[in-house]
Amino acid sequence: MVRVIVDGAPVDVPPGSSALQACEAAGKEIPRFCYHERLSVAGNCRMCLVEVARAPKPVASCGFPVSEGMQIFTDTEVVRRARRAVMEFLLINHPLDCPICDQGGECDLQDQAYGYGSGISRYKEDKRAVTDKDLGPLVKTVMTRCIQCTRCVRFSTEVAGTPELGLVSRGENAEITTYVEKALTSELSGNLIDVCPVGALTAKPSAFHARSWEYKKTDSVDVMDALGTNIQVQARGGEVMRIVPRVNDDVNEEWLSDKGRFSIDGLKRKRLDRPWVRVHGKLSAVSWKDALIALARRFDGVPGDKVGAIAGDLCDAESLCAIKDLLQGIGSSNLDCRQDGAWYDTSARSGYLFNSDVSGIDQADALLLVGAMPRHESPVLNARIRKRFVDAGRGGFPIGMIGAPTADMTYDVNVLGHGPDVLADLLSGKNAFAEVLKNAKKPMIIVGHSALTRRDAPAIYAACRELAQTCGALSADWHGLNILHTAASRVGALDLGFLPGPHGCDAASMLRGGVEILWLLGADDVQLERIPPETFVVYLGHHGDAAAKRADIILPGAAYTEKSGTYVNTAGRVQRAFRAVFPPGDAREDWRIIRAFSEVLGHTLPYDTLEQLRAHMAQVNPVFAQTGQGAPRLAGAEGGLASEATAREGELMTTPFRPVIRDYYQTNAISRASQTMAECSKVYGVAPVVAAE
Amino acid sequence: MSTAWTPAAQPDSFVFDAASEEEIAGVLCKYPEERKASAVMPLLYIVQRQMGRVTGSAWVPVVAMDVVAQRLGMASMRVYEVASFYTMFNTRPIGRYHLQVCTTTPCWLRGSDDVVAACQKATGIQHFGETSADGLFTMTEVECLGACANAPILQVDDDFYEDMDAERTAAVIAELRAGRRPEPGPAINRSVSAPVGGRKTLLPSSTADQK
Ligand code: SF4
Ligand code: FES
Ligand code: FES
Repeated sequence: MVRVIVDGAPVDVPPGSSALQACEAAGKEIPRFCYHERLSVAGNCRMCLVEVARAPKPVASCGFPVSEGMQIFTDTEVVRRARRAVMEFLLINHPLDCPICDQGGECDLQDQAYGYGSGISRYKEDKRAVTDKDLGPLVKTVMTRCIQCTRCVRFSTEVAGTPELGLVSRGENAEITTYVEKALTSELSGNLIDVCPVGALTAKPSAFHARSWEYKKTDSVDVMDALGTNIQVQARGGEVMRIVPRVNDDVNEEWLSDKGRFSIDGLKRKRLDRPWVRVHGKLSAVSWKDALIALARRFDGVPGDKVGAIAGDLCDAESLCAIKDLLQGIGSSNLDCRQDGAWYDTSARSGYLFNSDVSGIDQADALLLVGAMPRHESPVLNARIRKRFVDAGRGGFPIGMIGAPTADMTYDVNVLGHGPDVLADLLSGKNAFAEVLKNAKKPMIIVGHSALTRRDAPAIYAACRELAQTCGALSADWHGLNILHTAASRVGALDLGFLPGPHGCDAASMLRGGVEILWLLGADDVQLERIPPETFVVYLGHHGDAAAKRADIILPGAAYTEKSGTYVNTAGRVQRAFRAVFPPGDAREDWRIIRAFSEVLGHTLPYDTLEQLRAHMAQVNPVFAQTGQGAPRLAGAEGGLASEATAREGELMTTPFRPVIRDYYQTNAISRASQTMAECSKVYGVAPVVAAE
Repeated sequence: MSTAWTPAAQPDSFVFDAASEEEIAGVLCKYPEERKASAVMPLLYIVQRQMGRVTGSAWVPVVAMDVVAQRLGMASMRVYEVASFYTMFNTRPIGRYHLQVCTTTPCWLRGSDDVVAACQKATGIQHFGETSADGLFTMTEVECLGACANAPILQVDDDFYEDMDAERTAAVIAELRAGRRPEPGPAINRSVSAPVGGRKTLLPSSTADQK
């Protein structure tokens, strides 16, 4: 530790810290524009000037390394005057358009100008104007407002790994641009809006919709992928206006994927806002009471084991738990949360988790991706891999991949082959990458759903497990065999044991007529065309997507922003989301609907409040007792009430992995309803299908 | 698809020719393989010279920047940044001869205005940055070329013409128009940047001897 004196008070900081970090550690706020904790230091805005004893002039604290006994002064007349001068220069070419600027109210420049700006301008010359750039459907630009801090350039280069933005030309003519006009091709481009300290980069879809101080802010969890990105839902007048990330170093650092941020217009379109019942082949709107009674009547006389439920990708654990209890209450064990037909080793919780945790990526020193395409399956996690790749330096983090990448991975990958047969070669040492894994101290294997949704998934998993064992990925202090989930609800569902019981049907056989009444809990991505016409389909969900069209009864539920829910991320982290707005119309929170129906059916569920339900969940699986940021992740805890056998050995097939996500922007009911996402798919296109052999 | 910096008309492709390849090999061998991005400026010059050789207009089109980026294993954007930062890389087409007039204070005091006027008169160009109607000349204003002792300076492509005045400028341009390149260097009776008319100090019979 290095001891420095900030404004007379000693503070200890790790060696290599900057003066700015030392000041922060001492609780002094230093104004900054170009400095950003998660980006490299540029030192080009000069707003962070401080005085250092014996330095001849004020120094830019963000790039000034601390030394033992250094004395820093953050609030002297010299410092104040220096910062005022910097501010005057910054404002020379900055337009005075705060009243029509979307950043107004949350603009660093506005805030700092309040402290350091002069009331009048001495500048009489012409201001410069910069042409706006077209960066695609998500990021709006007003480039005259840019103060050339280059945060956006550093973000896209360093974090996103898509170096498409740059500062071209020089001096008076310098501007941020893609040079050749094109849309940014990053799934993280929305974060540019957050890193830009001024209103140069703002959100295009919500341009001019609201002011930052009008929002009601609610903490929530993103459900667009399985990472469980911590978000804040910002609403006004019962409408979700904006979603921004919250900082959580164990999960998403401070980034959010574009789908998580911009799908919100999908929350307003194609919503189910009243119950519907199919009468003589036509859906007609009915009241809740009629719907539940009609449904209970349909249940009449149907044996319990002829009822089944399939859960979708966006469900909260509460509704999963309720429906499971309901079905078990009537004697059914036809439950499945794997609408994509994935296979997991459910003998222990570690069989289906991202065991090393997301932050474990920072320690890994070799990586093998098996049928995973993290860039599309979890862009923020992909950024974490990239961060590790960049930090490790040349050759420090070798990455092998089995399966053809459908996009640039943003880091160098060694594509070892396209099918699982490569695993056999790795096991026998025939493939040179086996050596790399063996030599690594903390090797990591990420198994994705391209591998787990195949017929030979058990064999693939068994091979991965064996490989992990032989290369030392499974030691006392390191569990490097990771599953990358794509569905936000999946791990929670597995933890609750939302799987077919001993004699229960799985999703595929339920769809093929294995049950008489099929309850789809937000399951839109099942093969609906397989359902025989005589199966009675109940759809409980929030969007009039494909499944609702097939349904015989539609029960309108709440989307993730409209309910308090628990979600377990791919790493097994149990997180709570809070309700930001109310569901539209007659739609209700899903678990309450199930609870109400259970009463009509005469199998009343033993909980009346959310607290009781959650207490019950904690009984089903103790992991649900551990929530919130900083709560320990029960990686080793025994999972669920799973009944599935462990790795059933089988033959590895040679057919290449097929990507599970072909169009990143439209993967679930909400994003499919979003016009913004539809436009993105149009602009960015669909990933090409890998030719089957 | 163009921005303020990229002219609308861009060639569709760019390939280094044999002469350029030879130059590139000579440049690249100076850098370790994993640091070859350092060769970006020499390579951009090679592009510019090849364009001059082949098309008569020494500029760097966007495709060529992409080719350089690919060759050096760097992002295209990084090449765009370099090419647009340095004024010596022409990011838009220019005439066959690039007349670069220094107008910084020493040259200006020594009559760079006359040089500019002579260039305008001889080529018909009105303003800096323009190309003559016949496509032969582009005139740009440059800052100090570091040859102030011989001010004013007219730089044509890579050559310095020194001690210019209106008449000499016209003569240089006339020669260029005729397809010849006059000898660069001082235009008056002096050797490089030595004083006019020979040495003024440190003469053989030094004052020290007389004392
Ligand atoms: S656009 Fe924003 S982030 Fe980018 S350089 Fe300008 S002010 Fe900084
Ligand atoms: S924050 Fe230090 S120079 Fe910009
Ligand atoms: S001022 Fe013209 S060369 Fe220096």
